[in-house]
Amino acid sequence: MPSRVVLQQADISRALTRISHEILESNHGGSDLVILGIPTRGAILAERIGAILESIEPGSGTVGTLDITMYRDDLGRNLTRTPSPTRIPPGGIDGKTVVLVDDVLFSGRTVRAALDAMVDLGRPRAVRLAVLVDRGHRELPIRADFVGKNLPSSLAERIHVRVTEIDGVEEVTIEP
Amino acid sequence: MRHLLSTRGITRDQAVQILDVAEDMADVATREVPRLPVLRGKTVVNLFYEDSTRTRISFEAAAKRLSADVINFSAKGSSVSKGESLKDTAQTLAAMGADAVIIRHQSSGAPEVLARSGWIDAGIVNAGDGTHEHPTQALLDAFTIRRRIHGQAARGKGLEGCRVTIVGDILHSRVARSNVWLLTCLGAQVSLVAPATLMPLAIGEWPVEVDYDLDHALSAGPDVVMMLRIQAERMHDAFFPNAREYSRQWGLDDERLARLPESSMVMHPGPMNRGLEISAGAADSPRSTVREQVANGVSVRMAVLYLLLAGAMEEAA
Repeated sequence: MPSRVVLQQADISRALTRISHEILESNHGGSDLVILGIPTRGAILAERIGAILESIEPGSGTVGTLDITMYRDDLGRNLTRTPSPTRIPPGGIDGKTVVLVDDVLFSGRTVRAALDAMVDLGRPRAVRLAVLVDRGHRELPIRADFVGKNLPSSLAERIHVRVTEIDGVEEVTIEP
Repeated sequence: MRHLLSTRGITRDQAVQILDVAEDMADVATREVPRLPVLRGKTVVNLFYEDSTRTRISFEAAAKRLSADVINFSAKGSSVSKGESLKDTAQTLAAMGADAVIIRHQSSGAPEVLARSGWIDAGIVNAGDGTHEHPTQALLDAFTIRRRIHGQAARGKGLEGCRVTIVGDILHSRVARSNVWLLTCLGAQVSLVAPATLMPLAIGEWPVEVDYDLDHALSAGPDVVMMLRIQAERMHDAFFPNAREYSRQWGLDDERLARLPESSMVMHPGPMNRGLEISAGAADSPRSTVREQVANGVSVRMAVLYLLLAGAMEEAA
């Protein structure tokens, strides 16, 4: 069976706009916010959210990236991955509210690795999680604070998030 | 990549990958906790049959920053002085469960023997073998050059168009050999300068230019001048009349330094014989990368240990 598009470009941009508003609402404004994207596609979504935050409340869109390759719990079982750079904004993350951004929330292991990676960088006041798609099947007690779309899926299905910067198209598909 | 024995035969993509990972490792050093959990539970053995300051400490620091356990072994004060062979030592280490062995040996080819013999099933890293190779030194030299040229935008780049002049005891230098293969593979043009007595016999087969006159070579304004140590411990013949004459003809003194372009870097793998192959003025000038090389050595060795031990490398690499 061919893959089915569940979110199109307009849906994705509406979801990111809503997530941005929710972030500002829960943070009571844009102060002391740091948006950290998890490479590769999470980093791009973080850039988008940062740009939307900036347009709503100038000065609130501080964006960085957080590479989690070295903190994965399956290192040594898979092929070695080349890490991506981690870029922490100049102000650091101490005392800030950090919003982690990833494309798909699945087992929760990536987020666990990201939490570990963050401990080595500083001590945020709070850490929130924003994802474009939550597909369920968590293996760890982790939950997202801001979700673009809940997408109940079976374990056999594959979910792809594609963004213009990398894939040339903008969509979320589900493949049986 | 299972072992790192030589820079000969390494592909450009592999070399760039190691240097890129080293860039990430360098960033780790600037963080609040300069430590990564990637090699938790792995044991790295420093097996040093020859004296070393920089390389051993650098490998130890690299392994520790990746959370590995480190065992240091030096031939002095071990059973080697009672006559234990490399084979027995290797099997002892295997029995203790070493995941990687970093070996420095006075005999060329010793790391290769360790890697191919089946005595030990660990990743082998050559940390200098006789007059053969010293691959991590070449990698850190390439990393240092790339960083000085490209700064923050170094990722993914090679050394195309960079002109490197290596001066001194080429004959005995494993650093020179490893650098020739690696730097040319990354696209740099390498020229070697030495007295004819310190040039290897097969020099015609190397992908380099050869010059016997330092002043002539420096007049071309190379981007990098790499001075090699005169290895008195390996010299059992009279290769040059005396130290003063060597210094005058092939040493980088203040006067030669002044003639180099402002942008040229001066490199030395250490330990330096100040006043022989390099003057104190050249060694301590802002153009000298000697201390950067030491700092970068830790990042590069972290990258090598990570790529060797944290999983199987991709097929292409």
